Amino acid sequence: MTENVYKPRDWSSQPPYVFPAYRSTPLRSPTRPLIPLPNTLSEITGPVYGHDSIGPDDADLTRNGRHGGEPLGERIIVGGRVLDEDGKPLPDTLIEIWQCNAAGRYVHSADQHDAPLDPNFFGAGRCVSDSTGRYSFHSIKPGAYPWGNHHNGWRPAHIHFSLFGPSFVTRLVTQIYFPGDPLLELDPIYQSTPVGVRERLVCKFSIERTEPAFALGYEFDFVLRGRNATPLETH
Amino acid sequence: MKLAQTPSQTVGPYFAYGLTPEQYGYKLTSIAGNHLAQDDIEGQRIRIEGRVFDGEGKPVNDAMIEIWQADAQGRYAHPADPRHSNASFRGFGRFGTGTDPQNRFLFETIKPGSVDGTQAPHINVIVFMRGMLLHAFTRLYFSDEAAANARDPVLMTVPAERRQTLIARRESVDGKTVYRFDVHMQGASETVFFDA
Repeated sequence: MTENVYKPRDWSSQPPYVFPAYRSTPLRSPTRPLIPLPNTLSEITGPVYGHDSIGPDDADLTRNGRHGGEPLGERIIVGGRVLDEDGKPLPDTLIEIWQCNAAGRYVHSADQHDAPLDPNFFGAGRCVSDSTGRYSFHSIKPGAYPWGNHHNGWRPAHIHFSLFGPSFVTRLVTQIYFPGDPLLELDPIYQSTPVGVRERLVCKFSIERTEPAFALGYEFDFVLRGRNATPLETH
Repeated sequence: MKLAQTPSQTVGPYFAYGLTPEQYGYKLTSIAGNHLAQDDIEGQRIRIEGRVFDGEGKPVNDAMIEIWQADAQGRYAHPADPRHSNASFRGFGRFGTGTDPQNRFLFETIKPGSVDGTQAPHINVIVFMRGMLLHAFTRLYFSDEAAANARDPVLMTVPAERRQTLIARRESVDGKTVYRFDVHMQGASETVFFDA
């Protein structure tokens, strides 16, 4: 417990725990200040999942839920890099995603939205970043869907992402959004993140990533906590 | 180059089919579940169980708990641990509170050893749930490690009157060792959460 290996959570880049416009936050948030926890061996280690933990169609959501047909909707490719704050690529990190279908309906049994399920779309996938930190998913553009947070509330189209990074403290669970979505400025979850910061959660259209005559490409780089200059380990 | 951290967003209510699919009966293999200790793993078998309570004292039925722990000799299966065991004990568990009738999270694992000789045995815990915009870190210590807990450098940074919130209570249920660890988001016994 001498020097911290990892840079701290940048609180100016994070939403607060309590954001009353997102109505389930007030009762589900800590009320007392967090207690600083220095990096010990417990914090600088974390679960390791290699490429062997991924199945062949895990990163292709247009294929991994098929039951005799193709999923409906606009095919997309979402990809980019996993980096740390110094721009260093983070290879071999597990990325898990889940999303609703093109109609705005999740496979999850608790989703009661009256929109059709797609028998050929499951909506979950995963991959492991390559040796240069790159990742890519094929999917279907998710739809918007209503939620009960407030009158006429609609979630903007989004994909949930879960990343481990190299240690337990680099863990990140987030959602990425699509450019030009008019629902963003009305969405309390997106709006909970500070101005000038929330824009980082919007992926960019990329003609380079777009696959001709097949799918539109979107780019999103993840930035996880970086390391301090002087690492704790001496070996 | 200095890049800014990607902000967190809530895990939301629909994580189960993506992150804990087998537990919830979806047709996707889970990368992690709640059985951490396969038969060939050395160590004392323990069960961890607890619930997550919101600010009104109601059990949360859509939280997800992740745990990360060392093996019985205090070694993490990670390259930053010079002793990393290379064993089949990965040390990572994940469980949602939506399948147990009492909304408990349950883990079948082994009791970890002290990781560096100074810290008391503990399990690292992350709490995720709908209504939580960014995850919360906490730690689980063991009630039958009173002497080690009293010397633990992390516990010593926690105000004495709040330390109990981090200590799982040992019980014996049908001959099995169970540690009960409830997470209270708020209230008189609000769990200590860390800025880890």
